Amino acid sequence: MPVATERELPSFIVANAPTDIPEDPLIRMQADLARALKKPLEQRRWVMVIDLRKCVGCSSCTVACIAENKLPPGVVYRPVLEEEIGTYPNVTRKFVPRPCMQCDNPPCVPVCPVSATYKRADGIVVIDYDVCIGCRYCIAACPYSARSFDNGRYYTSGTPQLQAYEKLPNFEYGESWDRSQGGSPIGNARKCQFCTHRLDAGMLPACVTTCIGRATYFGDANDSQALVSHLIGSPNVTRLKEEMGTEPKVYYLV
Amino acid sequence: MKNLQKLLWLVAIVGFVVGAYGLYDRVAHGHLDVSYGSYVPWGLWVGAYIYLVGVSAGAFLISTLVYAFGVKKLEKIGKLALFTAIIALGVSLFSIWLDLGHPERALELVLRTNFRSMMGWMIWLYSAYFVLLVVELWFALRADFVAWSARPGFVGSLARILTFGRRDVSAGAVARDKSLLRVLGSLGVPLAIAFHGGVGALFGVVGARPYWNTGLTPIMFLIGALLSGGALLTFVVLVFGPNQGSAEHRDTVVFLGQIVLGLLLLDVLLEWAEYSIGLYSAIPADVASMQLVLFGPFAWVFWGVHVGLGVVVPALVLIFRGKSPVWAGGAGLLIAITFLSVRLNIVIPGLAVPELQGLANAFTGPGLTFDYFPTLTEWLMQIWIVSTGLLAFLIGYRVLPIVTPERAGAGVMGE
Repeated sequence: MPVATERELPSFIVANAPTDIPEDPLIRMQADLARALKKPLEQRRWVMVIDLRKCVGCSSCTVACIAENKLPPGVVYRPVLEEEIGTYPNVTRKFVPRPCMQCDNPPCVPVCPVSATYKRADGIVVIDYDVCIGCRYCIAACPYSARSFDNGRYYTSGTPQLQAYEKLPNFEYGESWDRSQGGSPIGNARKCQFCTHRLDAGMLPACVTTCIGRATYFGDANDSQALVSHLIGSPNVTRLKEEMGTEPKVYYLV
Repeated sequence: MKNLQKLLWLVAIVGFVVGAYGLYDRVAHGHLDVSYGSYVPWGLWVGAYIYLVGVSAGAFLISTLVYAFGVKKLEKIGKLALFTAIIALGVSLFSIWLDLGHPERALELVLRTNFRSMMGWMIWLYSAYFVLLVVELWFALRADFVAWSARPGFVGSLARILTFGRRDVSAGAVARDKSLLRVLGSLGVPLAIAFHGGVGALFGVVGARPYWNTGLTPIMFLIGALLSGGALLTFVVLVFGPNQGSAEHRDTVVFLGQIVLGLLLLDVLLEWAEYSIGLYSAIPADVASMQLVLFGPFAWVFWGVHVGLGVVVPALVLIFRGKSPVWAGGAGLLIAITFLSVRLNIVIPGLAVPELQGLANAFTGPGLTFDYFPTLTEWLMQIWIVSTGLLAFLIGYRVLPIVTPERAGAGVMGE
């Protein structure tokens, strides 16, 4: 059966269709991303902007991240912090999703004894899973608790059957990592890397695409036309623990 | 003291057998049955590592009183102090090696050292220290190896091999050994300060943890090392020292006890400085760790184990019964054992406070909690490692001329 096109729609629908629907930010950010990927790596400056006024605390970003990166128990890249403000009945709740801040001055990097963790040219702080010795010094040094240790657990261990989906490889950093043989990233420090493997494929990070409130934005701050560049220029922007001078590349709109 | 030696053999063998399960679990199942994870990434094994490496540094620094500074009163226990330092170093490095997520990659520390990291420095300082300890102990034992070469059986053969063909024990050769020992001991002083101060700095430089991030941290590590190492050595000399029952042996133990008392009081002073200044600042996030130590669920570790058994009781014993070697050695053992609690109270409370509000309940799971208590596996593996070290010590004490009463006597006559 042929698909109905706009031309075939009844004329009264076409005539009354709203023309002022704003462009979905995801569409715009995808275009921003495509532009950024045309530039060399060192000219990109990825930033994430999280609008706390729009965050409803659904934790779907947390879950999408876990699904995308196939995170085991004990490892989480983007929890949503919940804070209760005030006392009943004058009470509100504040939700703060906390990915890795991808600091410009990352305290986790200089402490690594084997230089397994480093800041890429585009500003993303990554871990070389094949080098990391699992000393966990970086976890202790991160002021945002944004690093996890992979103890080698599975969600379905201790149940009648370890489920096959848990043994599938993940594709962090564009490689295939098979935990089922006990190798890396088991025994490594792990962290949010802005889904570099998705960026390389022209896709936005999983937490961005899944956000039901369109509260998370992502893009190249070196591109003045990018949505994130407009957002981080607003006066109501803030970053976590600014006083530490870590220069996070995750901004919050409040 | 022979009975105490037998008891230590029993403790070592039981610990070796029972603790083997912990080692098995760690080797077979990796980091599954442990309590540390993403929010409290370091636990018992790291605490034990900094504790034992401190004991090594302390025992070594006391040996330098003999070899670098020529303190006559301690001359007979120089070898015992060096041997204790080697065993403690081995035990400590074994603890931290198995704590790694990838122990098989430990060589990366050498191959691609990042000298911006304090931990990067450690591998080189430890290696240098280990080489120095072995060489120094060999020179300290060389003349004894020659003397023991005449013995029948395994001990004699071992001594013959370990002379490496250098059998010259003329007065000139022994004097050369002694001056070499002075050079090695003198080199060892800055090295020991560097590596154990370095362990302190490893914690001190972490700006994210206000509890660690003070200039006092490396100094406290060093004083703590001298205290715990000196205290253990007091007990070791009581039980294993040369010429037991002699006035000389008694004087040595009592003298060590007095050094330990001084170090204990100095350590308390530093602790007071750290806690009083830290608590007075009253910025809640900065004092959270200290409040956890003093009033948290494990406050009994600080007040009972450390202050009670590790400070008050041994201080009273050393002040009022310090002239008795048995009491002094006992106080030393008490300080040495309870000092583990001091090290654990550095590592864990520094980590067990959430860095961001709301993190504790944001996403939970094993390892995503700020409550830490070592699991059975963690305890058992640590017991196995320490028991193995104790066995190595007891065997070494038997087959190596660490303690040589007859030569010690000859030395006294020679001078």
